[in-house]
Amino acid sequence: MASCLRRYGRRLSVSICEKRELSTACEGQIILQQHQQLQQTAKSMNLCSAINQALHLALETDPRSYVFGEDVSFGGVFRCTTGLTERFGKNRVFNTPLCEQGIVGFGIGLAAMGNRAIAEIQFADYIYPAFDQIVNEAAKFRYRSGNQYDCGGLTIRAPYGAVGHGGHYHSQSPEAFFCHVPGIKVVIPRSPLQAKGLLLSCIRDPNPVVFFEPKWLYRLAVEEVPEHDYMLPLSEAEVIREGSDITLVGWGAQLSVMEQACTDAEKDGISCELIDLKTLIPWDRETVEASVRKTGRLLISHEAPVTGGFGAEISASIVERCFLRLEAPIARVCGLDTPFPLVFEPFYMPTKNKILDAIKSTVNY
Amino acid sequence: MAIWFTRSRSIAYYLKRKMSFMGILNQHSCTNPYFESICSSSSSSSRITDAENSSISCHSSAFPFSVHRFESTKAAGQLDQLYSSDDESSQSLDFPGGKVAYISEMRFISESNQKRIPCYRLLNDNGELINGSDFHQVTEELAVKMYSKMVTLQQMDTIFYEAQRQGRISFYLTSVGEEAANIASAAALGADDVVLPQYREPGVLLWRGFTLEEFANQCFGNKADYGKGRQMPIHYGSKKLNYFTVSSPIATQLPQAVGAAYSLKMDKKDACAVTYIGDGGTSEGDFHAALNFAAVMEAPVIFICRNNGWAISTHISEQFRSDGVVVKGQAYGIQSIRVDGNDALAVYRTIRAAREIAISEQKPILVEALTYRVGHHSTSDDSTKYRPVDEIEYWKMARNPVNRFRKWVERNGWWSDKEESELRSSIRKQLLQAIQAAEKTQKPELGNLFSDVYDHPPLNLQEQEKQLRETINRHSQDFPSDVPM
Repeated sequence: MASCLRRYGRRLSVSICEKRELSTACEGQIILQQHQQLQQTAKSMNLCSAINQALHLALETDPRSYVFGEDVSFGGVFRCTTGLTERFGKNRVFNTPLCEQGIVGFGIGLAAMGNRAIAEIQFADYIYPAFDQIVNEAAKFRYRSGNQYDCGGLTIRAPYGAVGHGGHYHSQSPEAFFCHVPGIKVVIPRSPLQAKGLLLSCIRDPNPVVFFEPKWLYRLAVEEVPEHDYMLPLSEAEVIREGSDITLVGWGAQLSVMEQACTDAEKDGISCELIDLKTLIPWDRETVEASVRKTGRLLISHEAPVTGGFGAEISASIVERCFLRLEAPIARVCGLDTPFPLVFEPFYMPTKNKILDAIKSTVNY
Repeated sequence: MAIWFTRSRSIAYYLKRKMSFMGILNQHSCTNPYFESICSSSSSSSRITDAENSSISCHSSAFPFSVHRFESTKAAGQLDQLYSSDDESSQSLDFPGGKVAYISEMRFISESNQKRIPCYRLLNDNGELINGSDFHQVTEELAVKMYSKMVTLQQMDTIFYEAQRQGRISFYLTSVGEEAANIASAAALGADDVVLPQYREPGVLLWRGFTLEEFANQCFGNKADYGKGRQMPIHYGSKKLNYFTVSSPIATQLPQAVGAAYSLKMDKKDACAVTYIGDGGTSEGDFHAALNFAAVMEAPVIFICRNNGWAISTHISEQFRSDGVVVKGQAYGIQSIRVDGNDALAVYRTIRAAREIAISEQKPILVEALTYRVGHHSTSDDSTKYRPVDEIEYWKMARNPVNRFRKWVERNGWWSDKEESELRSSIRKQLLQAIQAAEKTQKPELGNLFSDVYDHPPLNLQEQEKQLRETINRHSQDFPSDVPM
C-alpha cells in the first residue's frame, strides 16, 4: 500500500500542477542586485534543478558529505538527486530502506562523526516516524552533551505542501511542529535561486536543519540561478516587495499567491509590503517588526492549518512588540483546521482572493 | 483426539504462562504428560544452571526466560525441510535477491525452533572452566583489571545509590547483576571503537578511564560535569573516551550507531561502532530500523542486547514471543550469538570475536547477553512490587557474575582475600571523597542554560537570558542560590 502511494508520488513529480503562476522577476532582481558578482554565469532553471545543483556543489566541496534517503540513488521521485550517484559513487549517494526514523537516526550518527549528512524524506507527510529522532535526538545532541558532541552536519530535506492533487498524504505542511523545537533550524525557500543558496547554507550550517522544499514549485518556478557556489544567510528575512499600508509575511510556495494578492490590492490603491521569512526558527523578528512599525498592519499566510500554525507565533510576537502601533487586528489567512483534502483542496487553500479580502478588511478596519 | 490434544496444549500453555509470571514454575507439579515433556525439554535447553548444583537447579524456576513458545508442533521442525531442496529442487523462481525453490505442498514456517538457541558460556556458576570449552587464555593483568573494575562498578553503585537515598543526588540507576556484561564487553573493545550506550552501561566508561570524580561530577550536575548540569544523573558522556552522551529515550542510539559505523567504514578506520540496548528496547521501531539499516549498509557495528528479563516491570513474556533477541538477527541478515551475560570470560571472548568480524568483514553483529537486572530499574522504582524476591535473590547470589569471575581469578592464584578487602576499602574511600568533592563543587554558571542550544545563541535566547537575569535580580529568593550568575 505504502509503496503504491509512493509510486503515486512519482507521478506527482512529473505532472506537477500547472494551475499556479509564479512571478519571481521582482524577487530575483533584488537578490541579484545583492549578489551581482554571481550574475555573470546565471542560468535559467527550475527549483528542482537548483536543489540538484546545490547537492552537486555540497558533495563536490566536501568529501565527507553524503546524500541518502528513499529512492535517491536513481535520482529521487522528484528527480532532485539526478546524476549524483553517477558522479560521486554509491558510497556517498545511496538508497536507504523505507524507514524514516532509520534515515534520520542514521544521519545523526553520520553527522556526529564529523560528516555532512544530507538526508531526504520523500514527502514531508512521512517525516513523523522520524519525529523522535529529530526532536529528542538531533535537536538536543549538542546541548545534552555540553557541546562535546553535535550533529550540526545534518540537513533533512523534505518536499512539503500542496500540489493540486496530493490529498492527505502528499500535501501537508508540517513546519509548525518543528518550530517548537529548540536546537534545530527550519528553512523554506520560495524560488530556485533561494533554494540553492539556502540549501547550501543549511548543509554547511553547524546546526541540524529541516529544509522543506515547496514541491509545487519544483518544476513550476523558473528563474535565473547563478551557477556559482553561493550561500544565502539563515535567520534573515527579506522584504521582497516594499509597501506602506500593510505587511504580509509568508514563506515557501505561499509567497507567490501572496504576491498576486499584493498586485491585485495595488490596483485598489493598497500598498503591500511582502516579507519572505525564509528561516522559521530562529526567525528574523526584527525585519517583520520594522515593517509592521512602518505599515501598522500585519497579515500572515501559510498553507498549514491556522490553529497552532507558525502564523500564531508571529502574530503573538508582533502584538507583544507593536501593540500601540497596530491599527487593525493581525490577520491570518491559512489552511483550514481539517486534514488536507483532495477534492476540496481549492476550498482548503489560502487562495489569492481570501488573502485579498483579508488585506482589504484589515486596511479598512 | 485432535481436539483434546489442542485443548490440553492450550491449558498447559496457560498454566505455564501463569506460573512463569509468578516465577514458581515447578517441574514436579506437572501432571499432564505432555506438559511434563515440555517442561523437561525446555528446561534442559534453556536453563543455564549446572546439573550438579542441585540447590540451584531447584531454583531454576526463577529463571525469567521460562516462557515456552517452543513446543513441538506439526509446523515445528519443518524449517530445515523448507530450506532443503527435495524432489522439486530443480524448479525455482528467479526472484530479485536470488532463486527461490518451489514446493507443491503447503507448509507454514514454525514461529519458533524446537529448541531455544543455546547460550555460550565458558565458566560454570562456580567459576570453573567448562571441560572442552574453546577458552582462550587471558593474561593475569587483564583478568585482574576486569575483576577490579567489576568490583569498582559494584561499589560505585552501592555508594551512589546510598547518596540518592540520602537525598544528595536526585536520581540513580544501578548496573547490579550486569557487571560482567558491562566490563567484559568493554574490555574486548578497542579504544577507538565508538560506543553509543543506552544507560545501564557505565562500566564501559569506567573501563575506558572515566574517573570516579567524573562520574560524581555528572551525578551532582556541578560545573565540572561535561554535560553542564543539563541532564539527570547517570547521563554520562565523554568525547575523549569515544562514549556518546546518554539520552533517556530507548533505542534511539541504535540507528545513530549505524550512521557512526558507516562513517568509520568510509574513513577506513580500524574500529567499529558498538551500541547497547535492553530487552525492552528491542520492541522499539528504532531497533528494527537499525538492524535493517546495518545489514543493508554493511556497517561495522556491534549491537549488544543486555537481555535482563525485565523492562521496568514488564517481563520479557510481555515484551516479545520470539526466543529472546538473538533470533531476530537472522531475519535481518545479521550474524548473531547468545552468550551468558554473567560469564565475564564468555562475554569477553564473544565481543572480541564479534569485533573481529565486524571490522574485518565490514558487517554488523547482534549479541544477546542473558543477564539479570538485580537492582530496581532506578531509584524511582521498587521492583519487589512486580517480581518475586526469591527470583532476585537467586540471581544476586547463585548467578552473581562478579563472584563467579572472582572464583576463576582466585583459582588461577591471581587474587586473594587480602587484595579483595584492600581493593574494596580503597575504592570506597575514593568514592566517598569523590562524592564529597563533587557536592562541594559549584553548580554550572547560569549562562549554560542558554548556550549550546545552537552553536551561537540566536536573538530570542539572548533576549530571554537578559529578561531572566532581570527577573532574578528582582526575585532572587525564587531561584536556587547555588547557581552562579
